[in-house]
Amino acid sequence: MDVLRLIPIYCGARGHLLQPLADRLTQAFGLRVEQHPPGFDPELAFDASRGQYNSRILLARLLRDTPLDTARVLGVTAVDLFIPVLTFVFGEAQLEGRAAAVSTYRLDSEIYGLPADPELLFERLCKEAIHELGHTYNLLHCHESRCVMLSSTYVEEIDLKSDQFCSRCRAKSPLSGRLRQALPGGTFQVGF
Amino acid sequence: METQSGSILVVDDEFSVRDSLYHWFRKDGFQVIAAANATEALKAMQEHPFDVVFLDIKMPGMDGMELQEHIHRIDPEIAVIMITAFASVETAVRALKSGAFDYVTKPIEPDELSHLVLRAMEQRRLRKENTQLREKIDELVSVDTIIGESPAMRKVMELVQHVAKTDATVLVLGESGTGKELIARAIHANSHRRYFPIVPVNCGALPESLLESELFGHEKGAFTGAQHRRKGKIEMADGGTLFLDEVGAIGQKMQVDLLRVLETKEFTRIGGSQTIKVAFRVVCATNEHLEKAVEEGRFREDFYYRINVFSIEVPPLRERRSDIPLMADHFLNRFASQMDKRITGISSEAMALLMAHDWPGNVRELSNAIERAMVVGKPPVILPEDLPLRGSRLGAAAVGESVAEMEKRHFAAVLERMDWNIARAAGVLQVDRATVYNKIKKYDLHR
Repeated sequence: MDVLRLIPIYCGARGHLLQPLADRLTQAFGLRVEQHPPGFDPELAFDASRGQYNSRILLARLLRDTPLDTARVLGVTAVDLFIPVLTFVFGEAQLEGRAAAVSTYRLDSEIYGLPADPELLFERLCKEAIHELGHTYNLLHCHESRCVMLSSTYVEEIDLKSDQFCSRCRAKSPLSGRLRQALPGGTFQVGF
Repeated sequence: METQSGSILVVDDEFSVRDSLYHWFRKDGFQVIAAANATEALKAMQEHPFDVVFLDIKMPGMDGMELQEHIHRIDPEIAVIMITAFASVETAVRALKSGAFDYVTKPIEPDELSHLVLRAMEQRRLRKENTQLREKIDELVSVDTIIGESPAMRKVMELVQHVAKTDATVLVLGESGTGKELIARAIHANSHRRYFPIVPVNCGALPESLLESELFGHEKGAFTGAQHRRKGKIEMADGGTLFLDEVGAIGQKMQVDLLRVLETKEFTRIGGSQTIKVAFRVVCATNEHLEKAVEEGRFREDFYYRINVFSIEVPPLRERRSDIPLMADHFLNRFASQMDKRITGISSEAMALLMAHDWPGNVRELSNAIERAMVVGKPPVILPEDLPLRGSRLGAAAVGESVAEMEKRHFAAVLERMDWNIARAAGVLQVDRATVYNKIKKYDLHR
């Protein structure tokens, strides 16, 4: 079974989400998930002028530290991520590559002044992690409203979509066979 | 998985910005090319068509503003979005004034970027569609051109071209069937109002009370039977051309009302109080002698002078006979296509008949004659007996008439019709001039 490396980066109080996330990713992608500490100093990605972490630098570092026989690497963090041209990103991934990163920072209801909702936070994290890893399988943004590959530029959009790939995304993915195998009965039921 | 269609060019000297936008748009399914400077950007423009360009304002060498001008010279419809590091009113105004679709300040909200690209793509699509529709309109206009190469029609077309560019009111004069409406449409089609409608009103076809409602429209309940508010032709012609056919039939009261509208470009619907402003051009047509009608007090002088700013007289067909073969061929082709009939021409005898006829009904009569001939005629050509012409001096051959006698009679008739203009007669007869001279000599024909 191919390996997905899960790298916690400044997860702090969100560390407890990693194991359930690993289980969900195994279910979704049929990969064996291994947790490893980061092999680099995440502060390299910190941009003092913005008070945020550059996700492109994180991706480059994650990729550099990942053995070639590892299928995928996913950095999970609780800090705020950005790419230079945008104010923030929920996560980022290499299109048809191996590395992805996702942040819980803007998925947390509390930063929007709402009561904490740990379950919602976990669901959002799962969806964004699956979404970013989907890009590594060369999946582009999808217009199906319930497909996990729907682009979400604000957090409520994440809640509207499911954590599943639509049939067209599934069929287009080079992983389509494996995605089907990963599910009971060899079929993949999308929730819409 | 549905992907976006569209292509984006990202031009920024800063690698991280270029790279971020490249990957962001790639994941949205767009085709993206990134360029680090103006040279790379212009090279990419020559190699690929783009829908949207993201352009950094400040770059070493040629800056974004200058590059945008070059880009718009290559493709005027491309949507350019300027990227700037610092928001300032001056920058925004400069960018928009120089033709940019919009501008963004780094860093951009992801949601704003997504919407901006979709709006730019939509604008690009609409511009393309608009251009295609305009080309289609121009094509339709050119297809429906006026047929005629006679000096008289050339003069008419010169006048049409001349007056079309202005907003002057035009009075088209001519006998019934000469194609006055076609002239009005040509004026409209060649004017800056061509993308708005031309609204024809046949003033002679309606009694005055109905004409008033037709022109001015009415409010609900304005009169018995006015169950709904209805826009009048004047309102419908807003932006375009109002064509008043048979203007001589308009009653004096209506002339006063229309005069006011033409002078103020304002009116109220019947039964309404709201003043409606309109901007339209008026083209009138008549087969009446309006000056005589003015003298006789049947037509208001002030209204006459208001509509007779520029007049074009369309000559009757009998005064431009050299146009008949061209027009006959035009109608033949049109009806052959409509009727799916393989009649490909008009025999010289039939053409001689057409040339000899006086055409009191003008072009309309000619069109009807060809249509009728197409119905009754058999391929490959229209023969004299297919034509519904009566009283022509060029009849069919009399019983017992020899070929030579028939030829003599035919040559004599055509020469007479052409005022003994040898070149024109040769053209009608479809022979060379030497043949015409030989026949004159052979048959001893005289003026």
